[in-house]
Amino acid sequence: MESKVLQKNLLELIRRTSAELPDDVVRVIEKGWRREEAGSNAKYALKVVLDNIKLAKKKSQPLCQDTGTIICYAELPAWLPQAKFECAFEAAVVQATEVGYLRQNSVDSLTGKNSGNNLGPGSPSFHCSPAKGRALTARLILKGGGCENVGIQYSLPDGRVGAGRDLAGVRLCLLDAVHQAQGKGCGPGILGVCIGGDRGSGYVVSKEELFRPLDDVNPDPRLAKLEKQIMKDANELGIGPMGFGGSTTLLGCKITHRNRLPASFFVSVSYMCWAFRRNGIVLSESGKITRWLYDS
Amino acid sequence: MLLEAPFTEDKIRALKVGDMVEITGVVFTGRDAVHTYLHQGGASPVDLSDGIIYHCGPVVVKEGGRWVVKAAGPTTSAREEPYQGDIIRKFRLRGVIGKGGMGPKTLAACRETGAVYLHAIGGAAQVLAEKVIAVEGVHLMEKFGSPEAIWVFRVARFPAVVTMDSHGNSLHARVLAESEAALGRVRQGA
Ligand code: SF4
Repeated sequence: MESKVLQKNLLELIRRTSAELPDDVVRVIEKGWRREEAGSNAKYALKVVLDNIKLAKKKSQPLCQDTGTIICYAELPAWLPQAKFECAFEAAVVQATEVGYLRQNSVDSLTGKNSGNNLGPGSPSFHCSPAKGRALTARLILKGGGCENVGIQYSLPDGRVGAGRDLAGVRLCLLDAVHQAQGKGCGPGILGVCIGGDRGSGYVVSKEELFRPLDDVNPDPRLAKLEKQIMKDANELGIGPMGFGGSTTLLGCKITHRNRLPASFFVSVSYMCWAFRRNGIVLSESGKITRWLYDS
Repeated sequence: MLLEAPFTEDKIRALKVGDMVEITGVVFTGRDAVHTYLHQGGASPVDLSDGIIYHCGPVVVKEGGRWVVKAAGPTTSAREEPYQGDIIRKFRLRGVIGKGGMGPKTLAACRETGAVYLHAIGGAAQVLAEKVIAVEGVHLMEKFGSPEAIWVFRVARFPAVVTMDSHGNSLHARVLAESEAALGRVRQGA
């Protein structure tokens, strides 16, 4: 595949991710809207959110002006060297910034200077792995600052939360995570969770968990049960959309695990806002998008 | 309910936590740079008295010689908590629009001077941009850059919820306390 063709397809991935929310996300927001009491602040907030989703798609404009950290997970087939892929993706990011699919959002941490094109050390953030077949899979999350700021990592045992090193302790951490976020992460939110790993891998994996369809069931029955429990418990906290109060506090909870050292037990929680911008494409060797990972 | 300019003390004092309002009139954007500047004694290039400040770093572009607002959602207000109360008092502000709520210093200033905190819907950049019907000016642009400048936006039916009123009530404080009690109950559950 020519670099230019690859770049064009990646640009379309960025555009669609920034402007269109996947159907699985829209469905749970609509469900929340129906559930909230007529005349409540919560229902009002979700109505504006739903209107915004429609309008952004229609205008092909960013759903939220914070177009977030650009996190790309790619499975690369043998015919595509990593350097070539990253180069094409970066070119697509620059172009997307020029045409306004992405905001100028990357700032030098020492000088405070905005790079103006979203490139810089660590931006975009790549996570590449080899693909099994001949197709390229590229997945993208745009993760805003407001919700990233309320993410949290626990080291168990945790005295403040009263959490020990077991699934009951993990449950208390996740409820605490939702509670401490209140409305600050533009809830209703989605939790991506990793039990175990180290401090770094825990957060990376917790974000990858956000790619699961919101209506799937965890293949591990222990985690499926915990996810269900968290959804029920969190929505009883009464925090609601934007922290206005209400019964729609969490739209999803996705949990996975990694092995840990005997000495460590981390629970890493990534909080994602309602503007849950993620999508992905499967590209054939000839440069055709054969599949979008999410309908929108 | 409609909240229309002029934003008089009477109109603002009549608002209560939980009121869903649609704002019509002029609002001034201001975020981190503007708040630090005003707090350090900088002169305001616009008359803020009986005015509303909006915590927003908009995306505004020039099309055919005029400014067009492309995105105009709220940014997190908590960062301005150290300055907001003093600025409300000094400039006689009547309202602050933002997201995430603010703390006790701002709440006290709202009570003293007759001002409210209006919570916009976080992330609703497109809906809110459409409520800006005209850009009437921009100030401090050279100094702070576009997102941090003071934009003078004429808005029509801009939706927000009063989450801190001028009588000492804060929806944020209430939801925090109630959710804490609920957390205690839920923890016992499983
Ligand atoms: S938290 Fe999400 S919805 Fe809120 S401002 Fe940030 S990116 Fe937008």
